Amino acid sequence: MSESTVLELETLEDAVADALRAFEAAPDLVALAAVRPAHLGDRAPVLLARRELGSLPGSQRAEAGKRVNAARTRVQEAFDARRAVLEAERDERVLVEEAVDVTLPFDRTPRGARHPVTQIGERIADVFVAMGWEVAEGPEVESSWLNFDALNFKKDHPARTMQDTFYLGDGEDSGMVLRTHTSPVQIRALLERPLPVYVVCPGRTFRTDELDATHTPVFHQVEGLAVDKGITMAHLKGTLDAFARAMFGETSRTRLRPSYFPFTEPSAEVDVWFPEKKGGAGWVEWGGCGMVNPNVLRACGVDADAYSGFAFGMGLERTLQFRNGIPDMRDMVEGDVRFSRAFGI
Amino acid sequence: MRVPLSWLAEHVEGLPADVDAVAEAFVRVGLEVEEIHRPPELTGPLVAGRVLEIEELTGLKKPIRWCQVDTGDSDESRGIICGARNFSVGDLVAVALPGAVLAGGFEITARKTYGHVSDGMIASARELGIGADHTGILVLPPESAKPGEDVAALLGLDDPVIELAVTPDRGYCFAVRGLARELAAAFDVAYIDPATRVDLPVTDGDAWPVALDDPACARFVARRVDGVDPVATSPWWMQRRLLASGQRPISLIVDVTNYVMLELGQPLHAYAAARLHGGIVVRRARPGETLTTLDDVERRLDPDDLLITDDSGPIGLAGVMGGASTEIATAGAPSDGAPEAGEPIDVLLEAAHFDAAVIAREARRHKLPSEASRRFERGVDPQLPPIAAERATQLLVEHGGGTIASGRTDVGAAPPLAPVRMPLELPDRVAGVHYERGATVRRLRQVGCGVELDTDVDGHGVVVATPPSWRPDLVQPYDLVEEVLRLEDYDVIPSVLPPAPPGRGLTASQVRRRVVSRALAEVGSVEVLPFPFVGPAVWDAHGLPADDVRRRTVRVANPLDADRPALATTLLPGLLETLVRNRARGFPDLMLHTLEQVVLPHRNPVPMPDPDVTRRPTDSEIARIKAALPAQPLHVAVVLAGDRELRGWWGAGRPASWADAIEVGRIIGSAAGAELRVTPAALAPWHPGRCAALRVGDWVVGHAGELHPKVVEALDLPPRTCAVEIDLDAIPLRDDRPAPVVSSYPPVTVDVALVVPADVPAAELAEALAIGGGDLVEDVRLFDVYTGEQVGEGNRSLAFTLRFRAPDRTLTGEEANRARDAAVAVAADRFAAALR
Repeated sequence: MSESTVLELETLEDAVADALRAFEAAPDLVALAAVRPAHLGDRAPVLLARRELGSLPGSQRAEAGKRVNAARTRVQEAFDARRAVLEAERDERVLVEEAVDVTLPFDRTPRGARHPVTQIGERIADVFVAMGWEVAEGPEVESSWLNFDALNFKKDHPARTMQDTFYLGDGEDSGMVLRTHTSPVQIRALLERPLPVYVVCPGRTFRTDELDATHTPVFHQVEGLAVDKGITMAHLKGTLDAFARAMFGETSRTRLRPSYFPFTEPSAEVDVWFPEKKGGAGWVEWGGCGMVNPNVLRACGVDADAYSGFAFGMGLERTLQFRNGIPDMRDMVEGDVRFSRAFGI
Repeated sequence: MRVPLSWLAEHVEGLPADVDAVAEAFVRVGLEVEEIHRPPELTGPLVAGRVLEIEELTGLKKPIRWCQVDTGDSDESRGIICGARNFSVGDLVAVALPGAVLAGGFEITARKTYGHVSDGMIASARELGIGADHTGILVLPPESAKPGEDVAALLGLDDPVIELAVTPDRGYCFAVRGLARELAAAFDVAYIDPATRVDLPVTDGDAWPVALDDPACARFVARRVDGVDPVATSPWWMQRRLLASGQRPISLIVDVTNYVMLELGQPLHAYAAARLHGGIVVRRARPGETLTTLDDVERRLDPDDLLITDDSGPIGLAGVMGGASTEIATAGAPSDGAPEAGEPIDVLLEAAHFDAAVIAREARRHKLPSEASRRFERGVDPQLPPIAAERATQLLVEHGGGTIASGRTDVGAAPPLAPVRMPLELPDRVAGVHYERGATVRRLRQVGCGVELDTDVDGHGVVVATPPSWRPDLVQPYDLVEEVLRLEDYDVIPSVLPPAPPGRGLTASQVRRRVVSRALAEVGSVEVLPFPFVGPAVWDAHGLPADDVRRRTVRVANPLDADRPALATTLLPGLLETLVRNRARGFPDLMLHTLEQVVLPHRNPVPMPDPDVTRRPTDSEIARIKAALPAQPLHVAVVLAGDRELRGWWGAGRPASWADAIEVGRIIGSAAGAELRVTPAALAPWHPGRCAALRVGDWVVGHAGELHPKVVEALDLPPRTCAVEIDLDAIPLRDDRPAPVVSSYPPVTVDVALVVPADVPAAELAEALAIGGGDLVEDVRLFDVYTGEQVGEGNRSLAFTLRFRAPDRTLTGEEANRARDAAVAVAADRFAAALR
């Protein structure tokens, strides 16, 4: 074929026919897309023909132009029609054939999880951070001074034996214990932070209880401390109520019963109204609290006449036990993967 | 502390009969009710019976008695089988006849047992619900009832008992006297103090010579009763109250000392006066002294022990337990075959006041928590000794005969308690409540304080409260505040949220801990919380060399498990133990992690300071406390075993390997904010050829890889168990990481395969390529490792894709090739790498 043959009627008709045949022969959309450039691409005959129109004398150009456009339109329409057919076929048959059993499991990598004690500790920290409090931490091997003396536990006072203590090194004389509560973090916070102080301290604690269904020698507490001017026991109650609502729902609240802790005066036990309690909504023992004993403030160099404070503490395992209905404390310490996995990430 | 309701009612005017209301009142004022022991539902005949005959049945597994009991039925006696042995012929006992229903719906019928028809049951105190004592059946005082008479009323079976937990600050609540006072305040009704009912007659001279040689005994009162019948039994009302309070009646003399202690709170001790040698001296123990206590244990005494002594030496461990040498000879249950009637004896009663801390130490040292020591270590009213001694002597004479000797010894005196000044409005200020006018003064008077009002220099009202002798815990204004608040009821305190100042949110390290823990869970790890206790055996199992620093641990002085007396220096022992436990429970494919502090002791221990608590410790004291504590960095550890990818319909499983462990280490690193460098390492417990050091720059922060086969064997781990442990605190916290230049020009990628000696680490070769390629290198990625004939023995081929890109232009192929050549040149230079 010569250079100009593309514009000739016959040639053009042949090209159109070629294209129509090729489209018709394409068995699927992939094949159709593969033959498209040869018939509708930049170098396809119908497009080359258009480019050649310029070389024709003006008298012939108009008519040839019409012919070329008509040819291109026919090719395009043929393509679109074939595509529509193939798409319909794909939708009707191929997608059906490609269907899989989507219920096949793909648990190729076993699922991970975080321990519920970690999760509830973070949840509690978040509740208090949202109120403007900060999260404080301290070491687990602690000085007896921070764990007891600064918290107004007098030497040889029976309160010291209330908290069955793991002593380190040579015993009591070493001056070091595994902290029996998170309260030494209160002292650290008061010694290290500028007033006012609003801190919450989740952490691991230790007491010499044998492991059984309701006790574990290694457990977790969360401690809260607020020291500011004009802090009252009403503020303690308000904070505990807000905490209870965040943990147990809007209908929850707390109740205080007088009690004794060396580091608070007045002191109270906290009961929480737990709407989901087994056998019906009711009060559940939750933790201890009180107004910071002025002796504690003095041991931290806080002016006990100008400042007052409150503190509270709860066991995380205990909270989980009643909130999530965990019958046996050992489930929380043994590390069975089934247990943590039930609580997700 | 168990107390029957009727005893309380004697001292509280108009006490409600409803035991629940009383229990609730106790809770409201701060006494924890542990249990309410309600009188059991008892129906049917419960009568007095006299034991006529006892036949010991033989050839049985346990001793059984076949008894003939007179229960008032005409001439006939009733045959009853009984397993207890604490009674004799002639004793009066409580018999439940057929048709009676005891506690818990226990129905009594005539039934055949041990070859006889047992026609009823001889009841114990516990079966009748009137006490905790179950060491034998209940023997009633002689002549307290006639055989056949109904004994339900005599036994006081309608009297509930409240069991309370007493907090350490309220020693006075270890007695009816204190508990009744609390109830009277709770109900706002009149209180009848049992101590003021006792008349103290004027006496002449001493009952016994006593000298106080140590300030730990502030006061010592002695009173003597001559000619007491030593086998007299106490009246039934006293026995019943003792039983209800959880104590076993023994003999009049012992019962009286216990009864007065329960009533007033003052522990008493009774000496057989004839067995004393000379005057009594209260002093500390001397080196080498010993004492045989009432429980027949010979005790080596500590120089800190406070003793009651006479010329013969120690005769009692003060405030804890008396000595055997001066024991009233007939102590023991009256029916236990004790002498029928002994000679009347002279009894010397001791009522003393001892230092709380000294008694607490003594009881702990000798592991002898007694009823007496429990009270002394919480504080006993120092004004009680003469009153309690008098009350006891009166009861002894009334029920055991004899005469009170004319003298009373009363040496020493407890200093009065200092008055406490408190701003009048302090309770309101602490509670955030406006209490009714006069409430503060009224409540303080209810607890026994002498109250006066004063004004301070500013003209503000001040309460001056002199605490009563039984409240040594009231020393500062806040102590008074608590009294007012608890008696006014905590329930009136409103709920007000304090406005906290704006906080700074979680710290970077707190956020990091969360991110690392989540990152691990997201790649399939399950978090566990193992205990930190380890024993030396585990270090051998881990194959640690003798001088390995991880063997140096902080010791627990009183471990729960003697085989694990130390705190872990690495998280792996606990984690591997949890792995083994899970595997034993049928989970072979495991990835577990934990984040905890480890405890690393100092090479040279520093003494721990013990600063004064009345002021802030100095900065240097605080610094010394911190320096004396061991280092406790936060570690994270992961263990892997079995398949990392499970077998399934998609194909075979893929076992977890050293490579997974190292990748997990790198995931931890990037979650913690650092790209960790991996270098070969050899450290126990890892496989020496499959262990990587994880580094920040050159600083090693952890290790990862497969465990040593010996460790796997020693710990019974699955084959090829892998582990990672990283010191998170060693990874620097950075929030100033520079942003990369993100070029939008197209990259040029070039593959190179380099043949190097097999011991050249891939990471180092990649690093050489990155350095050599210069600024245009965006990424160096290893995609193939080949060993075989084609590359020669001792060599391997490592194939990398280098991705080049310029920040400001489209790179030409030529530029990329030049950069590639430069990269290869550095690799060739450093490791003799040859292009393949």
